[in-house]
Amino acid sequence: MILNNLKPTKEKINTFLPLGSAFVVFAFLDVLTNTFLNYNLTGFLPQSLSYFFPLLLGYIGLYLIRIELSGIRFLDRLNKNINSSNFNAFLTLLILFIIIKAISPLMNWLVLEANFTGSSKDDCTGNGACWVFIKVWFNRLMYGLYPDVEQWRVNSAFILLFALVGIAFFVPQKIKKYFIIFLLFVYPFIGIKLLSGGSFGLTYVETAAWGGLSLTFIISAFAILFCFPIGVFLALGRRSSLPAIRYISIGFIELWRGVPLITVLFMAAVMFPMFLPDGTFIDKLIRVLIAITLFEAAYMAEVVRGGLQALPKGQYEAAKSLGMGYWRMNMLIILPQALKLVIPGIANTLLALVKDTPLIFVVGLMELAGMIGLAKTNPKWLGMAMEGYVFAGLVFWIICYAMSRYSQNLEKKLSTER
Amino acid sequence: MNLKKLNIENKKIRDLIPQILTVLALLSVIIYFASNAQINMGNRGISFGFGFLSQEASFDIAFSLIEFDGSYSYGRAFLVGLLNTILVSVIGIFLATILGVIVGVARLSSNFLIAKTAEWYVEIFRNIPLILQIFFWYFAALRALPAPENAINFYDISYLTIKGWYIPKFVWINFDIFCYSIILAFISIYFFNRYAKKQREEFGKILPTLTLSLGILILIPLLSFLLLGVSLSFNYPELKQLSETSYTYENGVSIIPELIALALALSMYTATFIAENVRAGVLGVGKGQKEAAASIGLNKGQILKLVVMPQALRIIIPPTTNQYLNLTKNSSLAAAIAYPDMVLVFAKTALMQTGRAIEIISITMLTYLSLSISISIFMNWYNKKMAIKEK
Repeated sequence: MILNNLKPTKEKINTFLPLGSAFVVFAFLDVLTNTFLNYNLTGFLPQSLSYFFPLLLGYIGLYLIRIELSGIRFLDRLNKNINSSNFNAFLTLLILFIIIKAISPLMNWLVLEANFTGSSKDDCTGNGACWVFIKVWFNRLMYGLYPDVEQWRVNSAFILLFALVGIAFFVPQKIKKYFIIFLLFVYPFIGIKLLSGGSFGLTYVETAAWGGLSLTFIISAFAILFCFPIGVFLALGRRSSLPAIRYISIGFIELWRGVPLITVLFMAAVMFPMFLPDGTFIDKLIRVLIAITLFEAAYMAEVVRGGLQALPKGQYEAAKSLGMGYWRMNMLIILPQALKLVIPGIANTLLALVKDTPLIFVVGLMELAGMIGLAKTNPKWLGMAMEGYVFAGLVFWIICYAMSRYSQNLEKKLSTER
Repeated sequence: MNLKKLNIENKKIRDLIPQILTVLALLSVIIYFASNAQINMGNRGISFGFGFLSQEASFDIAFSLIEFDGSYSYGRAFLVGLLNTILVSVIGIFLATILGVIVGVARLSSNFLIAKTAEWYVEIFRNIPLILQIFFWYFAALRALPAPENAINFYDISYLTIKGWYIPKFVWINFDIFCYSIILAFISIYFFNRYAKKQREEFGKILPTLTLSLGILILIPLLSFLLLGVSLSFNYPELKQLSETSYTYENGVSIIPELIALALALSMYTATFIAENVRAGVLGVGKGQKEAAASIGLNKGQILKLVVMPQALRIIIPPTTNQYLNLTKNSSLAAAIAYPDMVLVFAKTALMQTGRAIEIISITMLTYLSLSISISIFMNWYNKKMAIKEK
């Protein structure tokens, strides 16, 4: 009977709504003053009760305002989205309180008590993060051990690349083809020459000095460039009717897909030189690039194969009935359709590739994460691991999140076309 | 007629030529590499062979599940590394599954806040390279833990410190009998379930299968404690002063920070992918299925158990197995923080000492490869078995 009376219904809205809202507001007020003003509104209660008091109060309050079809649009939406049952109300309060509790130490560490100015560790007097560390090491984190005076070469190589890609989007269709050919087959050599130097009046910079975030981009760009065509050929090979080619492709793909990248990199670093004639030396960066390219090509092959399998048989038969040969059929009919189908898969493989680049630390090359490892062991900057890895995580997160959003958008766009 | 025959002959030859050329090219590359390797190894005075595996390793391993010190062989060191890899993979898979299922279900919640929180969890942890997450946990988060003398104390049973997590040691008596009792429990659950299924299909009688199964699982091991002399006691870790400023814990089991960092990072990273699989699986079951099940009078639990889950699992399991495999392969990142897994112990330390790059790298890769291939064979079998048989 009493329980029935306590059930929130529309008739009792005039008492339940103000009461419930007051409970919820008070609960939040308690948590907020506790965290930000350091004042405990419920200090008169025993400590254990005072701690859970807002949760209890908010829970009762949310129960009271859970009035079905109240006629107030805001209340209905609130109830539907975050307050649909007792369990949901509890979870809602828990999550909100945890966020409020967590945000204050987080903001303190990140911004409020952090140090931004200065040039050495001694300038970091606050309790928060020491962003001075990132500021001082910023050049190294971006360019590795690349000499300071030569860094314009890295910048201009990337600016040139972005400019070319940007222009390629806007030029008319006729010239676009030549632009893309230039980008794929000519630009890489210009870029490499610009970075390594040794001629045209540029001083030579050995690849061991390359590093930082720019190395991540260099490796990603080259690996993407090469792994794509290799992957397509492997996928075609796996679907080939010629048994020798099919089995070699299967073996190759499964070999790379079955082992972790780190062992592949070890292989490139210590085992591969044993297979070369005595005295020949291949640059470490090139060995790593080959290893990453072959590794990702195997994954790419499986993605492309998915697209090839998804195409209806009729497409093959139609192409053959027009008298097309194997290569013309694949290049003009099959691959354009198959690749379009698997664009999200391709984007995911590329994303995995970017996320895998920090692994090159095992062979002694240092991109962003590696440079942070180097910087944090510098005797003048000990104890800066947190700042370093938070920064690196943020940088990688921005890159990867942007890529994954782009691929999701692409997926949506393409799926509506069908 | 003649022309057609010629054409067929022609096609055969046309098919044969590229195959022969590919095989020849591959063979020549292999022979070239092999001969170079032979010359190089000859120059360094080593000959190809796996005899070194029985030589004395003479290095120590910080964390091992079986007895190991410098006097054991390289083969034993490989085994230690392999067991450590398996250990971290099993822990990681266990945690990732729990977390992944929770997050995956939370993403489907009708509660806006919960769904958003789960979504952001996935977006954040999926888009940060795993190696950075491992570094973060190991070099930043776990290094902020207190020294042993001010350890974070969990009810005097276990202690979390910068040197690792100390937990009580399990001391078993008649452990083998306990294991047999568990096996017996599972066998009897299997037969009981078969019996219950028969009852349901033939007489329409529904037995409380889940409750009774759990009961059996608890009861039989409990009986082994009471009747067969199995007993379990704990050795709690105790603080011990080594010198003026250095303390440590004794008697308990120490879980090294490398293992904690690796297991945390691996499970939190992999959980994001598992969560997406779970979400896709649950969404993949058509609404009509649930409505049809409800219309023939099944209740909510029955709908979930008999209609939704069997279909959702069919979608969830294959990609999730793939994620388990990825987790196992990713555990090789242990080498970055000196957790002694197979790659660190064998492909790094042992390789440095013996210089046998080709043998050691091939053994390491073959181990991973055989694992992957056996799992993919199992998955093919499973998919065939589970595939919906349509007429």
